[in-house]
Amino acid sequence: MNDKVAPNLLGTIEDDELDEPIPAMQQLLDNPFLLLFIGVAMPTVLYVIWGVMEIVSIPMAK
Amino acid sequence: MINRNFRTDPATGLVFHETAEKLIRANAVAAVVSLLVGGILAFFVIMTRWPAVHLLPADWFYLVLTAHGVDMLVLWIIFFEIAVLYFAGCVLLKCRLAAPKWAWTGFWLMVIGGIMNNVAVFRGDSSVMFTSYVPMGAHPAFYLGLILFAVGALIGCFVFLGSLVVAKSEKTYNGSLPLVTFGAVVACIIAVFTIASGAIILIPTFLWSVGLIPTIDSLMYKTVWWAFGHSSQQINVSAHVAIWYAIAAIVFGAKPMSEKVSRGAFLLYIFFLQLASAHHLLSDPGLTSNWKIFNTSYAMYLAVLASMVHGLTVPGAIEVAQRQKGYNRGLFEWLRKAPWGNPVFSGMFISLVGFGFLGGISGVMMGTEQLNLIIHNTIYVPGHFHATVVVGTTLAFMAMTYFLIPTLFRREIMFPKLAKWQPYLFGLGMSGFALFMMGAGTLGVPRRHWDMTFAGNPLGYEFAGTAYLMMGLTAICGLIAIIGGGAYLLITVGSVFFGKKIDVPEYRTLTLREGAAPRPVRQPVAVAIGAHHGNIGIAGFVAPGTFTLAMVFLVAFVLYYFVNWKYLSTVWPLS
Amino acid sequence: MSAIEPPVERIWWKQPLDRVEGTWIVIAFVWCIVMFVMMPYWHIYGKQNLSNEAYRTTAEAYLKKATESAEKTTVRTETDLKIPVVHPAPGGDAYLVARLWQWWPMLELEEGKTYRIHLASMDFLHGFSLQPENINIQVHPGYEHIVTVTPTRAGTYSIICNEYCGINHHTMASKLYVVK
Repeated sequence: MNDKVAPNLLGTIEDDELDEPIPAMQQLLDNPFLLLFIGVAMPTVLYVIWGVMEIVSIPMAK
Repeated sequence: MINRNFRTDPATGLVFHETAEKLIRANAVAAVVSLLVGGILAFFVIMTRWPAVHLLPADWFYLVLTAHGVDMLVLWIIFFEIAVLYFAGCVLLKCRLAAPKWAWTGFWLMVIGGIMNNVAVFRGDSSVMFTSYVPMGAHPAFYLGLILFAVGALIGCFVFLGSLVVAKSEKTYNGSLPLVTFGAVVACIIAVFTIASGAIILIPTFLWSVGLIPTIDSLMYKTVWWAFGHSSQQINVSAHVAIWYAIAAIVFGAKPMSEKVSRGAFLLYIFFLQLASAHHLLSDPGLTSNWKIFNTSYAMYLAVLASMVHGLTVPGAIEVAQRQKGYNRGLFEWLRKAPWGNPVFSGMFISLVGFGFLGGISGVMMGTEQLNLIIHNTIYVPGHFHATVVVGTTLAFMAMTYFLIPTLFRREIMFPKLAKWQPYLFGLGMSGFALFMMGAGTLGVPRRHWDMTFAGNPLGYEFAGTAYLMMGLTAICGLIAIIGGGAYLLITVGSVFFGKKIDVPEYRTLTLREGAAPRPVRQPVAVAIGAHHGNIGIAGFVAPGTFTLAMVFLVAFVLYYFVNWKYLSTVWPLS
Repeated sequence: MSAIEPPVERIWWKQPLDRVEGTWIVIAFVWCIVMFVMMPYWHIYGKQNLSNEAYRTTAEAYLKKATESAEKTTVRTETDLKIPVVHPAPGGDAYLVARLWQWWPMLELEEGKTYRIHLASMDFLHGFSLQPENINIQVHPGYEHIVTVTPTRAGTYSIICNEYCGINHHTMASKLYVVK
C-alpha cells in the first residue's frame, strides 16, 4: 500500500523528485497498522509469554 | 447519511468535525468529573497518612485508597486520553470521526464500567487496591466494571485508527501524519496492548470471583496484570509527550528539530516501553534474572533513551523557535522570555522538567533489578509515580485544557489570574509531595499502610523521626497540590458552564472536495535544522541552552543512580 | 510547519542529524549501556542479589516443614501469643511463614553467619520488609522462595508487611534478632 506513492496524491510534484522512493524506515513509521502489530507482538512475546513460561517451569518443592 | 459538518476555529485555524467535537467534549467532561472524585479522595488519603492527623479509620482508608487509585489512574487518565486521540486524529487531520455510533457506545461503556467499579468499591467489599492482587477477592462488579471500561476504551482506540483511515482515503492531509498525531498513534498502540492484557487477566479473575474458575495463581496474575497496570501508565507517557510537542507548536509555532529523531524515539516506545511492566516483579520469586534484566531495562534502556531524546527535542524545538524570533542572546534568553504567565506553557514546562528530573530518574533507579530491593513497596513507589503520572501526565493534560476551553468549548477562561498561578501551585506542590514521599520511602515507610506508628503493637517498628517529618511534609505539599487541583476544577468547570461564550462561525457541511488538503507544492528533501535557519545558537549548536539543561539532567541522573548503588552495597549480603 | 501539521517535506527520513541532537543521542545511549551493564556486573561482583531459587508449594506442605523446623530450633517464646523464637544452625535453613496478619516464627540469627531463609505466604500476597535495613521482598502464596542472607550487624530488627493484605495489614509486624 505504501510502497508506491499514490500518483494523484502527489500529482503536482515533478517527476524527478518522485524518482526518489520513500525510505523503508519512513514507510514503516507511516504505517500505523504495521506499528500496531509490532507494538503488540513485542511485549506479548518478550514480557508475557517469556514470563509465563518461566512461571510454569518453576519446579515443585521437595 | 454521513455527518460532514465542520467548523473552523478562527483563532487557531483548527477544523472541528461536529461528532468528533461532541465526543472530545464528552470524554473531557467525564475525565474532569473523575478527577474531581479522585481529588476529594486524595484529600482523605493525605490526611490519613499524615501521622499527626490520621483522619480516617482503617477500613475507610483502604476503601478510599482503592477508589482514588482507580479513579485517577484509570478513569481520569483514560477518558482524557480518548479525548486526546480524537483531537489528534480528527481535529489535527481535519477529518470526520469514523463510526460515531461505535464511538458513543465505547464512551457509554466506559461511563457504565467506571460507575460500576466505583459502586463496588464504595459498597465496602472491594477494598482490594487498584492492583486487586488475587487471591484477595473483590465483588464481581469490581472486575466487570473494569472490563466494561476497558472494552469501551478499546472501541475508542479503534475509532481513532478508523479515523486515520478515513483521513487518508478522503485525502484531508498530504504525506505523513503530523508528529503529534503520530505520538497519539503510539499511545493508541500501547493502549491496545494494555487493554488486551487487562482482558486476559481480568476476565478469568471475574469468572473466579463468581465461582466459575477454582483458583488463579498469584504470580501469574501479578505478571499479566502488570502488563495492563504498568502499560496503562505508558499510554500516558506517549500521550503527554505528544501534548508537549503540541503545546510547543501551539504556543511557539515550534517545528520539531527533526521529524526523524522524534519519530524514531516514538518508535523505540512502540518496541520497548511496555516491557517495563517487569518493574513490579523484580522482588518476586520465580522469574529469572535474565527475564528481569531484559524486561526491566526495556531491552538495554532503549525506551529511556527515547524519553531522554524527547526531553531534549521538545525544549530544543522551543529554543529554536524563540531564537528565530530574536531571543538569541546567551544561553537562556529564550527561556527567560518565554510566556511564564500563560498556563498552557508553564504547565507544560513544569510537566516536562518534573517528569524528567523527579519521575524519570527515580523510575530508572527503582527499575534496576538489585536496587529495587531497597525500594520495593515502600512509599518511594507512589512518590515516583506521582512525579510521572501527576506532575508529568496530569499537569500536561491540565495545560492542554487551558487551550481547549476557548477552542473546543468556545468559552473564555474564568478567573484568568488564578489560571496563571494554577500550574505552579499544582506542579510545585505535587513535586514536593513526590519528593518527600521518596524520602520517606528511602527510610522504609511502607506504601498502602494505615498506621506507620504500629500503635499498641508490641512487635511494631519505630520509624526514625525523619520519616515522620517526611510524611508530614508530604502531607503539607499534598494539600498545596490539592488546592492547585481544586483551582483547576474551579476554572474548568466554571469556564465550561458559566464562561463568556466566544462567538465563532458555526458548523457547515463540507463536501469531500472542499475537505481535501491542498495539493502539495514541490519540496526538497529535508535539510538539517541549522542549515536553513542560519545564524542562531552558539558554536554550531542551535539549542545550546537546552543542551546545557540536558547535561545538568544527566549529571543529576548519574549521581543519584550511583548513590543508590553505594547505599545498596551497605545492606546485608543477599544471594 | 509545526508538530501539529504534517511534515512539509515528502522525505523527512533523510534529514541529516542536527549537532545538538546527535551529540545528545550518543551521550544518552552510552549512559543507557552503562546502566544496563550495571545489573549483570552486580550479579558477578556485587553482594546484594535476590535469589532466583523458588519452588511451587502448597500452604499445608510449607507449614508442615516450617513447623517441624521450628519445633527443633525454638529457644523461647515471646508475647501473649507465645510466638516461638527460633535459632537456626548457622549455614542452615530457617522458615518464615507469612499469614493474616502475622510473621511466624521469629528468627534469631548470628552476626556474620549465612542462612537460607525460606519465605512463603499461607493466604494473600505479603511483603517482607526488614527495617531499618530496608530489604524488601514480595511473598507469594503457593511459592517457596529461598533467600540466602548474611546479617552483618547485631541488633533487633523489625519485619513489617508492605504489601496490602486486608483490613489489619498495618498490624502485621514481627522482630528479627541478630546476636553476636
